[in-house]
Amino acid sequence: MDFWAWLILITKVLAVFLLFAIGAMPLVLLERWILGRMQSRYGPHRVGWRGTLQTAADGLKLGIKEDMIPGESDKGVYWFAPVMMVMPALAAWAIVPFGPEVEMGRTIGLWVADLNVGILFFLAMGSLGVYGVVMSGWSSNSKYAHLGALRSSAQVISYELVMGLAVLAVIIYAGSLSLIDIVNAQAGLWFIVPQLIGFLLFVIAAVAETNRAPFDLPEAESELVAGFHVEYSGMRWAFFFMAEYANMLLMSAIVATLFLGGWRGWTIPGLEALTGVFWFLLKCSVFMFGFFLLRATQPRFRYDQLMNFCWKILIPIGVVNLLIAAGLRMAWS
Amino acid sequence: MPSWVAIVLLMAIAFLFAVGSLVGTMLLKPHRKFDAKVEAYESGMPPIGDARGRHNIRFYLVAVTFLIFDVELLFFYPWALYFNMIDDQVSLFLAGVVFILILAVAFVYEWRKGALDWNR
Repeated sequence: MDFWAWLILITKVLAVFLLFAIGAMPLVLLERWILGRMQSRYGPHRVGWRGTLQTAADGLKLGIKEDMIPGESDKGVYWFAPVMMVMPALAAWAIVPFGPEVEMGRTIGLWVADLNVGILFFLAMGSLGVYGVVMSGWSSNSKYAHLGALRSSAQVISYELVMGLAVLAVIIYAGSLSLIDIVNAQAGLWFIVPQLIGFLLFVIAAVAETNRAPFDLPEAESELVAGFHVEYSGMRWAFFFMAEYANMLLMSAIVATLFLGGWRGWTIPGLEALTGVFWFLLKCSVFMFGFFLLRATQPRFRYDQLMNFCWKILIPIGVVNLLIAAGLRMAWS
Repeated sequence: MPSWVAIVLLMAIAFLFAVGSLVGTMLLKPHRKFDAKVEAYESGMPPIGDARGRHNIRFYLVAVTFLIFDVELLFFYPWALYFNMIDDQVSLFLAGVVFILILAVAFVYEWRKGALDWNR
Protein backbone atom coordinates (compact mmCIF):
# COMPACT_ATOMS: atom_id res chain seq x y z
CA MET A 1 0.00 0.00 0.00
CA ASP A 2 1.53 3.28 -1.06
CA PHE A 3 1.72 6.66 0.63
CA TRP A 4 -1.24 8.20 -1.21
CA ALA A 5 -3.61 5.40 -0.34
CA TRP A 6 -2.75 5.88 3.33
CA LEU A 7 -3.14 9.65 3.07
CA ILE A 8 -6.58 9.33 1.45
CA LEU A 9 -7.68 6.81 4.03
CA ILE A 10 -6.54 8.96 6.93
CA THR A 11 -8.22 12.04 5.43
CA LYS A 12 -11.49 10.13 5.10
CA VAL A 13 -11.27 8.81 8.66
CA LEU A 14 -10.54 12.28 10.04
CA ALA A 15 -13.40 13.81 8.04
CA VAL A 16 -15.87 11.27 9.42
CA PHE A 17 -14.49 11.82 12.91
CA LEU A 18 -14.95 15.59 12.60
CA LEU A 19 -18.51 15.07 11.41
CA PHE A 20 -19.07 12.91 14.47
CA ALA A 21 -17.32 15.22 16.93
CA ILE A 22 -18.91 18.51 15.92
CA GLY A 23 -21.95 17.26 14.04
CA ALA A 24 -23.99 17.03 17.24
CA MET A 25 -23.58 20.76 17.99
CA PRO A 26 -25.62 22.27 15.14
CA LEU A 27 -28.11 19.40 15.43
CA VAL A 28 -28.77 20.06 19.11
CA LEU A 29 -29.20 23.74 18.35
CA LEU A 30 -31.58 23.00 15.50
CA GLU A 31 -33.58 20.60 17.65
CA ARG A 32 -33.92 23.15 20.43
CA TRP A 33 -34.98 25.83 17.96
CA ILE A 34 -37.58 23.54 16.41
CA LEU A 35 -38.87 22.36 19.78
CA GLY A 36 -39.05 25.97 20.89
CA ARG A 37 -41.03 27.05 17.86
CA MET A 38 -43.38 24.09 18.25
CA GLN A 39 -44.12 25.19 21.81
CA SER A 40 -44.55 28.89 20.97
CA ARG A 41 -41.28 30.02 22.50
CA TYR A 42 -37.96 31.16 21.07
CA GLY A 43 -35.59 28.36 22.02
CA PRO A 44 -31.95 29.36 22.58
CA HIS A 45 -31.48 32.99 21.54
CA ARG A 46 -29.03 34.60 23.95
CA VAL A 47 -25.53 33.24 23.31
CA GLY A 48 -24.06 34.50 20.04
CA TRP A 49 -26.17 35.67 17.10
CA ARG A 50 -29.69 34.34 17.85
CA GLY A 51 -28.25 31.66 20.09
CA THR A 52 -25.93 30.12 17.50
CA LEU A 53 -23.17 29.67 20.08
CA GLN A 54 -25.46 28.05 22.63
CA THR A 55 -24.20 24.49 22.13
CA ALA A 56 -20.57 25.62 22.12
CA ALA A 57 -21.17 27.29 25.47
CA ASP A 58 -22.90 24.16 26.73
CA GLY A 59 -19.94 22.07 25.64
CA LEU A 60 -17.54 24.34 27.48
CA LYS A 61 -19.71 24.17 30.58
CA LEU A 62 -19.81 20.37 30.46
CA GLY A 63 -16.03 20.29 30.09
CA ILE A 64 -15.39 22.13 33.34
CA LYS A 65 -18.16 20.55 35.43
CA GLU A 66 -17.17 18.53 38.44
CA ASP A 67 -16.84 14.88 37.57
CA MET A 68 -18.91 12.82 39.97
CA ILE A 69 -18.35 9.12 40.47
CA PRO A 70 -20.97 7.63 42.80
CA GLY A 71 -19.42 6.07 45.87
CA GLU A 72 -21.25 2.76 45.54
CA SER A 73 -20.52 2.41 41.84
CA ASP A 74 -18.28 -0.02 40.02
CA LYS A 75 -15.57 2.50 39.16
CA GLY A 76 -13.85 0.81 36.23
CA VAL A 77 -17.06 -0.06 34.40
CA TYR A 78 -18.54 3.35 35.22
CA TRP A 79 -15.48 5.02 33.74
CA PHE A 80 -15.45 2.93 30.58
CA ALA A 81 -19.18 2.97 29.73
CA PRO A 82 -19.21 6.34 27.86
CA VAL A 83 -16.17 5.24 25.84
CA MET A 84 -18.04 2.04 25.00
CA MET A 85 -20.97 4.16 23.79
CA VAL A 86 -18.84 6.34 21.54
CA MET A 87 -16.71 3.65 19.87
CA PRO A 88 -19.38 1.66 17.98
CA ALA A 89 -21.33 4.85 17.23
CA LEU A 90 -18.31 6.19 15.33
CA ALA A 91 -17.14 2.89 13.84
CA ALA A 92 -20.53 2.30 12.18
CA TRP A 93 -19.95 5.46 10.10
CA ALA A 94 -17.21 3.62 8.19
CA ILE A 95 -19.69 1.93 5.85
CA VAL A 96 -21.94 4.91 5.02
CA PRO A 97 -21.55 5.98 1.37
CA PHE A 98 -21.72 9.78 1.22
CA GLY A 99 -21.48 10.04 -2.54
CA PRO A 100 -20.35 8.34 -5.75
CA GLU A 101 -16.78 7.67 -6.79
CA VAL A 102 -14.66 10.68 -7.68
CA GLU A 103 -11.85 10.75 -10.25
CA MET A 104 -8.95 12.80 -8.91
CA GLY A 105 -5.87 11.17 -10.40
CA ARG A 106 -7.13 7.98 -8.85
CA THR A 107 -10.62 6.73 -8.10
CA ILE A 108 -11.73 7.75 -4.66
CA GLY A 109 -15.02 6.51 -3.26
CA LEU A 110 -16.76 8.92 -0.92
CA TRP A 111 -16.96 6.31 1.84
CA VAL A 112 -14.46 5.12 4.39
CA ALA A 113 -14.68 1.38 3.78
CA ASP A 114 -16.60 -0.75 1.29
CA LEU A 115 -17.26 -3.81 3.43
CA ASN A 116 -18.83 -6.76 1.68
CA VAL A 117 -20.79 -7.42 4.90
CA GLY A 118 -21.65 -3.72 5.24
CA ILE A 119 -25.20 -3.90 6.52
CA LEU A 120 -24.36 -6.73 8.94
CA PHE A 121 -21.56 -4.57 10.31
CA PHE A 122 -24.06 -1.76 10.86
CA LEU A 123 -26.40 -4.10 12.76
CA ALA A 124 -23.47 -5.43 14.79
CA MET A 125 -22.37 -1.95 15.82
CA GLY A 126 -25.97 -1.18 16.77
CA SER A 127 -25.93 -4.18 19.09
CA LEU A 128 -22.59 -3.17 20.57
CA GLY A 129 -24.14 0.16 21.53
CA VAL A 130 -26.32 -1.74 24.04
CA TYR A 131 -23.20 -2.68 25.99
CA GLY A 132 -22.53 0.95 26.86
CA VAL A 133 -26.11 1.32 28.10
CA VAL A 134 -26.01 -1.84 30.21
CA MET A 135 -22.56 -1.02 31.59
CA SER A 136 -23.56 2.49 32.59
CA GLY A 137 -26.85 1.40 34.14
CA TRP A 138 -25.38 -1.47 36.08
CA SER A 139 -22.23 0.24 37.30
CA SER A 140 -23.99 3.39 38.56
CA ASN A 141 -25.73 1.35 41.27
CA SER A 142 -28.70 3.67 41.19
CA LYS A 143 -32.25 2.37 40.89
CA TYR A 144 -33.21 4.75 38.11
CA ALA A 145 -30.13 3.90 36.10
CA HIS A 146 -30.66 0.19 36.66
CA LEU A 147 -34.27 0.28 35.48
CA GLY A 148 -33.38 2.50 32.55
CA ALA A 149 -30.65 0.16 31.38
CA LEU A 150 -32.93 -2.88 31.66
CA ARG A 151 -35.65 -1.16 29.70
CA SER A 152 -33.27 0.14 27.09
CA SER A 153 -31.61 -3.20 26.44
CA ALA A 154 -34.94 -5.04 26.19
CA GLN A 155 -36.28 -2.37 23.85
CA VAL A 156 -33.23 -2.17 21.62
CA ILE A 157 -32.83 -5.92 21.17
CA SER A 158 -36.56 -6.31 20.41
CA TYR A 159 -36.60 -3.60 17.76
CA GLU A 160 -33.36 -4.90 16.31
CA LEU A 161 -35.31 -7.93 15.08
CA VAL A 162 -37.73 -5.63 13.28
CA MET A 163 -34.83 -3.75 11.74
CA GLY A 164 -33.19 -7.01 10.65
CA LEU A 165 -36.41 -8.14 8.95
CA ALA A 166 -36.74 -4.85 7.07
CA VAL A 167 -33.11 -5.04 5.96
CA LEU A 168 -33.58 -8.62 4.74
CA ALA A 169 -36.33 -7.57 2.36
CA VAL A 170 -33.97 -4.97 0.87
CA ILE A 171 -31.21 -7.54 0.49
CA ILE A 172 -33.52 -9.80 -1.52
CA TYR A 173 -33.88 -7.00 -4.09
CA ALA A 174 -30.32 -5.73 -3.96
CA GLY A 175 -28.55 -9.09 -3.86
CA SER A 176 -25.66 -7.72 -1.83
CA LEU A 177 -24.84 -6.72 1.73
CA SER A 178 -22.49 -3.93 0.66
CA LEU A 179 -24.13 -0.51 0.98
CA ILE A 180 -22.48 0.74 -2.21
CA ASP A 181 -23.95 -2.16 -4.15
CA ILE A 182 -27.32 -1.51 -2.55
CA VAL A 183 -27.24 2.12 -3.70
CA ASN A 184 -26.18 1.06 -7.19
CA ALA A 185 -29.03 -1.45 -7.32
CA GLN A 186 -31.45 1.46 -6.86
CA ALA A 187 -30.41 3.12 -10.11
CA GLY A 188 -33.77 2.40 -11.72
CA LEU A 189 -36.16 2.36 -8.79
CA TRP A 190 -35.71 3.39 -5.18
CA PHE A 191 -36.43 0.53 -2.81
CA ILE A 192 -39.08 2.56 -1.01
CA VAL A 193 -41.45 1.73 -3.88
CA PRO A 194 -41.41 -2.08 -3.71
CA GLN A 195 -40.62 -2.01 0.02
CA LEU A 196 -42.92 0.62 1.49
CA ILE A 197 -43.80 -1.64 4.43
CA GLY A 198 -40.13 -2.45 4.99
CA PHE A 199 -39.36 1.26 4.93
CA LEU A 200 -41.99 2.01 7.58
CA LEU A 201 -40.79 -0.89 9.74
CA PHE A 202 -37.21 0.32 9.46
CA VAL A 203 -38.07 3.90 10.38
CA ILE A 204 -40.08 2.80 13.43
CA ALA A 205 -37.26 0.50 14.51
CA ALA A 206 -34.71 3.27 13.94
CA VAL A 207 -36.57 5.64 16.25
CA ALA A 208 -36.86 2.91 18.87
CA GLU A 209 -33.20 1.91 18.55
CA THR A 210 -31.97 5.43 19.16
CA ASN A 211 -34.22 5.70 22.25
CA ARG A 212 -35.96 8.76 20.89
CA ALA A 213 -39.51 9.97 21.50
CA PRO A 214 -42.11 8.43 21.30
CA PHE A 215 -39.99 5.41 22.28
CA ASP A 216 -37.79 7.19 24.84
CA LEU A 217 -38.87 4.90 27.68
CA PRO A 218 -35.29 4.28 28.91
CA GLU A 219 -34.93 7.94 29.81
CA ALA A 220 -38.56 8.83 30.44
CA GLU A 221 -38.10 12.01 32.45
CA SER A 222 -41.38 11.73 34.28
CA GLU A 223 -40.66 8.29 35.73
CA LEU A 224 -36.94 7.52 35.48
CA VAL A 225 -35.47 11.05 35.61
CA ALA A 226 -32.82 10.36 32.96
CA GLY A 227 -32.64 6.58 32.82
CA PHE A 228 -29.33 4.85 32.41
CA HIS A 229 -27.16 7.98 32.50
CA VAL A 230 -28.76 9.57 35.58
CA GLU A 231 -25.51 9.40 37.57
CA TYR A 232 -23.32 10.80 34.81
CA SER A 233 -22.21 14.40 34.67
CA GLY A 234 -19.80 16.62 32.79
CA MET A 235 -17.80 15.17 29.93
CA ARG A 236 -19.06 11.61 30.39
CA TRP A 237 -22.64 12.76 30.04
CA ALA A 238 -21.61 14.68 26.93
CA PHE A 239 -20.44 11.41 25.40
CA PHE A 240 -23.82 9.79 25.91
CA PHE A 241 -25.40 12.81 24.27
CA MET A 242 -22.95 12.73 21.39
CA ALA A 243 -23.49 9.03 20.82
CA GLU A 244 -27.25 9.57 20.73
CA TYR A 245 -27.00 12.27 18.07
CA ALA A 246 -24.42 10.35 16.08
CA ASN A 247 -26.75 7.34 16.13
CA MET A 248 -29.70 9.44 14.98
CA LEU A 249 -27.66 10.81 12.12
CA LEU A 250 -26.42 7.31 11.30
CA MET A 251 -29.96 5.93 11.24
CA SER A 252 -31.02 8.75 8.90
CA ALA A 253 -28.08 7.98 6.64
CA ILE A 254 -28.85 4.25 6.58
CA VAL A 255 -32.56 4.83 5.83
CA ALA A 256 -31.58 7.16 2.99
CA THR A 257 -29.11 4.59 1.68
CA LEU A 258 -31.32 1.54 1.92
CA PHE A 259 -34.65 2.95 0.79
CA LEU A 260 -34.18 6.35 -0.86
CA GLY A 261 -31.33 5.62 -3.23
CA GLY A 262 -28.51 7.15 -1.16
CA TRP A 263 -26.70 9.71 -3.28
CA ARG A 264 -28.94 9.11 -6.33
CA GLY A 265 -30.99 11.96 -7.77
CA TRP A 266 -30.84 14.42 -10.65
CA THR A 267 -27.27 15.36 -11.42
CA ILE A 268 -25.53 18.17 -13.28
CA PRO A 269 -23.02 16.65 -15.73
CA GLY A 270 -19.50 17.11 -14.41
CA LEU A 271 -20.68 17.69 -10.86
CA GLU A 272 -21.88 14.17 -10.06
CA ALA A 273 -19.99 13.97 -6.77
CA LEU A 274 -21.21 17.32 -5.50
CA THR A 275 -24.85 16.72 -6.40
CA GLY A 276 -24.56 13.20 -5.00
CA VAL A 277 -23.44 14.47 -1.62
CA PHE A 278 -26.13 17.16 -1.78
CA TRP A 279 -28.91 14.61 -2.39
CA PHE A 280 -27.56 12.34 0.32
CA LEU A 281 -27.44 15.14 2.90
CA LEU A 282 -30.89 16.37 1.86
CA LYS A 283 -32.38 12.91 2.36
CA CYS A 284 -30.62 12.60 5.72
CA SER A 285 -31.88 15.95 6.92
CA VAL A 286 -35.45 15.02 6.05
CA PHE A 287 -35.19 12.14 8.51
CA MET A 288 -33.38 14.23 11.11
CA PHE A 289 -36.24 16.71 10.93
CA GLY A 290 -38.62 13.78 11.27
CA PHE A 291 -36.89 12.79 14.51
CA PHE A 292 -37.34 16.31 15.89
CA LEU A 293 -40.93 16.50 14.70
CA LEU A 294 -41.77 13.20 16.39
CA ARG A 295 -40.26 14.41 19.65
CA ALA A 296 -42.23 17.65 19.50
CA THR A 297 -45.59 16.11 18.69
CA GLN A 298 -45.88 12.54 19.95
CA PRO A 299 -46.69 11.41 23.49
CA ARG A 300 -44.59 8.64 24.99
CA PHE A 301 -45.67 5.00 24.77
CA ARG A 302 -46.32 2.92 27.85
CA TYR A 303 -43.73 0.17 28.28
CA ASP A 304 -46.11 -2.76 27.80
CA GLN A 305 -47.55 -1.06 24.72
CA LEU A 306 -44.03 -0.69 23.38
CA MET A 307 -43.15 -4.36 23.79
CA ASN A 308 -46.51 -5.64 22.56
CA PHE A 309 -46.29 -3.36 19.53
CA CYS A 310 -42.92 -4.83 18.66
CA TRP A 311 -43.52 -8.53 19.29
CA LYS A 312 -47.17 -8.88 18.35
CA ILE A 313 -47.52 -6.43 15.48
CA LEU A 314 -44.21 -5.41 13.92
CA ILE A 315 -42.46 -8.79 13.89
CA PRO A 316 -45.38 -10.71 12.28
CA ILE A 317 -45.71 -7.90 9.70
CA GLY A 318 -41.97 -8.06 9.09
CA VAL A 319 -42.00 -11.82 8.47
CA VAL A 320 -44.99 -11.61 6.10
CA ASN A 321 -43.35 -8.66 4.33
CA LEU A 322 -40.18 -10.71 3.88
CA LEU A 323 -42.12 -13.55 2.27
CA ILE A 324 -44.01 -11.14 -0.01
CA ALA A 325 -40.72 -9.55 -1.05
CA ALA A 326 -39.26 -12.96 -1.85
CA GLY A 327 -42.37 -13.91 -3.80
CA LEU A 328 -42.27 -10.69 -5.87
CA ARG A 329 -38.57 -11.16 -6.51
CA MET A 330 -39.32 -14.67 -7.76
CA ALA A 331 -42.16 -13.46 -9.97
CA TRP A 332 -39.98 -10.76 -11.58
CA SER A 333 -37.18 -13.02 -12.78
CA MET B 1 -5.87 -2.47 1.33
CA PRO B 2 -8.02 -4.52 3.67
CA SER B 3 -11.13 -2.54 4.52
CA TRP B 4 -10.98 -3.38 8.21
CA VAL B 5 -7.94 -1.09 8.55
CA ALA B 6 -10.26 1.91 8.24
CA ILE B 7 -12.60 0.54 10.90
CA VAL B 8 -9.76 -0.18 13.31
CA LEU B 9 -8.52 3.38 12.69
CA LEU B 10 -11.96 4.83 13.40
CA MET B 11 -12.33 2.81 16.59
CA ALA B 12 -8.84 3.82 17.73
CA ILE B 13 -9.61 7.50 17.10
CA ALA B 14 -12.91 7.23 18.99
CA PHE B 15 -11.14 5.55 21.90
CA LEU B 16 -8.32 8.10 22.02
CA PHE B 17 -10.77 10.99 21.69
CA ALA B 18 -13.01 9.73 24.48
CA VAL B 19 -10.26 8.76 26.91
CA GLY B 20 -8.18 11.82 25.99
CA SER B 21 -10.92 14.34 26.63
CA LEU B 22 -11.97 12.58 29.84
CA VAL B 23 -8.42 12.71 31.17
CA GLY B 24 -7.81 16.19 29.76
CA THR B 25 -10.85 17.80 31.34
CA MET B 26 -9.95 16.24 34.70
CA LEU B 27 -7.36 19.00 35.06
CA LEU B 28 -9.98 21.74 34.63
CA LYS B 29 -12.53 20.34 37.03
CA PRO B 30 -13.14 21.14 40.66
CA HIS B 31 -12.74 18.24 43.07
CA ARG B 32 -14.90 18.87 46.11
CA LYS B 33 -16.48 15.65 47.19
CA PHE B 34 -18.46 14.90 50.32
CA ASP B 35 -20.60 11.97 51.38
CA ALA B 36 -24.00 13.25 50.32
CA LYS B 37 -22.63 14.19 46.90
CA VAL B 38 -21.36 10.76 45.96
CA GLU B 39 -24.53 9.00 47.09
CA ALA B 40 -26.67 7.39 44.42
CA TYR B 41 -29.42 9.73 43.22
CA GLU B 42 -32.83 8.82 44.53
CA SER B 43 -34.89 11.99 44.24
CA GLY B 44 -33.02 13.63 47.08
CA MET B 45 -33.78 10.93 49.65
CA PRO B 46 -31.05 8.75 51.16
CA PRO B 47 -30.88 5.65 48.94
CA ILE B 48 -32.62 2.58 50.34
CA GLY B 49 -30.72 -0.65 49.92
CA ASP B 50 -28.73 -1.73 46.91
CA ALA B 51 -29.96 -1.01 43.38
CA ARG B 52 -28.89 -4.37 41.98
CA GLY B 53 -31.76 -6.31 43.46
CA ARG B 54 -34.20 -8.64 41.78
CA HIS B 55 -36.02 -7.46 38.73
CA ASN B 56 -38.85 -8.69 36.61
CA ILE B 57 -38.42 -12.07 34.90
CA ARG B 58 -39.90 -10.51 31.73
CA PHE B 59 -36.57 -8.96 30.81
CA TYR B 60 -34.96 -12.40 30.88
CA LEU B 61 -37.75 -13.83 28.73
CA VAL B 62 -37.29 -11.07 26.17
CA ALA B 63 -33.55 -11.72 26.07
CA VAL B 64 -34.04 -15.46 25.47
CA THR B 65 -36.71 -14.87 22.82
CA PHE B 66 -34.43 -12.35 21.13
CA LEU B 67 -31.56 -14.85 21.08
CA ILE B 68 -33.72 -17.48 19.39
CA PHE B 69 -35.14 -15.10 16.80
CA ASP B 70 -31.87 -13.35 16.08
CA VAL B 71 -30.12 -16.62 15.34
CA GLU B 72 -33.00 -17.61 13.05
CA LEU B 73 -32.73 -14.24 11.31
CA LEU B 74 -29.02 -14.80 10.72
CA PHE B 75 -29.88 -17.88 8.65
CA PHE B 76 -31.97 -15.65 6.41
CA TYR B 77 -29.09 -13.42 5.29
CA PRO B 78 -27.48 -16.03 3.01
CA TRP B 79 -30.98 -17.09 1.94
CA ALA B 80 -31.83 -13.52 0.88
CA LEU B 81 -28.50 -13.13 -0.91
CA TYR B 82 -29.00 -16.32 -2.89
CA PHE B 83 -32.01 -14.91 -4.73
CA ASN B 84 -29.65 -13.16 -7.14
CA MET B 85 -27.26 -16.08 -7.54
CA ILE B 86 -29.46 -19.09 -8.14
CA ASP B 87 -31.66 -20.19 -11.05
CA ASP B 88 -34.06 -22.39 -9.15
CA GLN B 89 -35.69 -19.63 -7.14
CA VAL B 90 -38.89 -21.58 -6.49
CA SER B 91 -37.26 -24.21 -4.32
CA LEU B 92 -35.26 -21.50 -2.55
CA PHE B 93 -38.50 -19.68 -1.80
CA LEU B 94 -40.17 -22.89 -0.59
CA ALA B 95 -37.19 -23.60 1.68
CA GLY B 96 -37.67 -20.16 3.22
CA VAL B 97 -41.39 -20.74 3.67
CA VAL B 98 -40.81 -24.06 5.43
CA PHE B 99 -38.23 -22.45 7.72
CA ILE B 100 -40.60 -19.60 8.59
CA LEU B 101 -43.46 -22.06 9.24
CA ILE B 102 -41.31 -23.97 11.76
CA LEU B 103 -40.41 -20.63 13.33
CA ALA B 104 -44.08 -19.64 13.35
CA VAL B 105 -45.01 -22.76 15.36
CA ALA B 106 -42.57 -21.70 18.07
CA PHE B 107 -43.79 -18.12 17.88
CA VAL B 108 -47.46 -19.08 18.21
CA TYR B 109 -46.60 -21.40 21.10
CA GLU B 110 -44.81 -18.56 22.88
CA TRP B 111 -47.67 -16.19 22.21
CA ARG B 112 -50.25 -18.67 23.57
CA LYS B 113 -48.09 -19.35 26.63
CA GLY B 114 -48.12 -15.62 27.30
CA ALA B 115 -44.35 -15.10 27.02
CA LEU B 116 -45.02 -12.05 24.87
CA ASP B 117 -47.55 -10.45 27.20
CA TRP B 118 -45.79 -7.79 29.19
CA ASN B 119 -48.27 -7.43 32.06
CA ARG B 120 -49.87 -10.66 33.08
